Amino acid sequence: MTDTNDLIAQLVRQSRPVQPLPRPARLAGFWLGIALAILVLLAIEHGLRPDLVAQLQHRDFVFGLAASLLTGLLAAFACLTASLPDRSRRWLLLPVPSLLLWLSCVGHGCLTDWVEFDAGSVAPGETLRCFSTLLLVSLPLSALMFLLLRHAARLHPRPVTLMAGLAVASLTSAAMSLLHPLDATLMVLIWNIGASLAIIAIEVALGGRLTAWFGERLAR
Amino acid sequence: MERPAPRPTLLRATDPAEWSALMAQAQGGDAESYRRLLVGITPYLRAIASHALRQSADVEDGVQDILMTIHAIRHTYDPARPFKPWLAGVARHRLIDRLRVQGRRAMREIQIAFEHADIAAPESETGSAMDRDRLHVGLATLPERQREALTLLKLQELSLAEAAGRTGQSIAALKVSTHRGLKALRRLLGAQDDAP
Repeated sequence: MTDTNDLIAQLVRQSRPVQPLPRPARLAGFWLGIALAILVLLAIEHGLRPDLVAQLQHRDFVFGLAASLLTGLLAAFACLTASLPDRSRRWLLLPVPSLLLWLSCVGHGCLTDWVEFDAGSVAPGETLRCFSTLLLVSLPLSALMFLLLRHAARLHPRPVTLMAGLAVASLTSAAMSLLHPLDATLMVLIWNIGASLAIIAIEVALGGRLTAWFGERLAR
Repeated sequence: MERPAPRPTLLRATDPAEWSALMAQAQGGDAESYRRLLVGITPYLRAIASHALRQSADVEDGVQDILMTIHAIRHTYDPARPFKPWLAGVARHRLIDRLRVQGRRAMREIQIAFEHADIAAPESETGSAMDRDRLHVGLATLPERQREALTLLKLQELSLAEAAGRTGQSIAALKVSTHRGLKALRRLLGAQDDAP
């Protein structure tokens, strides 16, 4: 018992004022604002896809775009909410209906177009351009989301990591469908969900040491 | 006749109704409220840890793990919400994690029946004393952090949390120091054994 009392005394000595974490809806709004800013900057630099107006007349395109945006928004809110110790894990089911709707609109698109064969020469295809946009959108959004979720490292990191990956994938896919003429959904999903699964696999292989390390380093 | 001194204020907050306010004050930097809160919640944490872990040796480790997690993520508590569900959530996650680790460890360990156990004959007192001396000499040659980690974790058999509390080193740093210290000690004692 004395040792626990010593620990309490030490924790009290180390205590500093902390700013309570903003509510999940506010954090999700902040994250979506950053996503929107990235999209606007890319649209200025890269330009919107040339056939956007025509695409907006197609019901499938509009459905797919709306479903991916909604999935991103709900997945961001769900992972930020479920990451808190006093909230139910069932929040992670929130984006499932919109995810199913989105997946029903997926095509294989630019995943099959890595290079262009033109008169015998091989040039970087739309896929490579897609891929660079994918990285430009998903890397900063992933980094920001993991920063916002750093406290979850000590709680239930795996489902939350997966949901964060889905949030990034959905918004990246929405950005791609506004910027690129090919359907990049499958590539975006494989990349982002694959990255999340890889993080989880590494974490499992290390027996939880990765999240313990994060929890120790990043929690305030 | 002297009046009796006033009774000191209650230092331990065992009433959950008080916890929310104390945590909100602790987030604002009030150390006394924080201390009252942590002391007050400890019996509650001990009760749920005893129920979940059963092995009494692990209970105190579990309680300390929960207390350290509360400290690390105290900014995630929303003062507008009740504190007890937040606390119970932290405790549940940490205890489940601990049970999972115990389960993994149990799967790796093979139970050996007593009659099959190969128990070494006790060494002579002279031999043990010599080994003890060699160990202490070996320890003395190690860098301070490694010596401290080995003494607390291996000789005094403290938990990582307890050793971290005593030394001020993080758990990760302690693990690294122990690993390096054991390696150095093994090399050192092995070299002595090999010597003619």
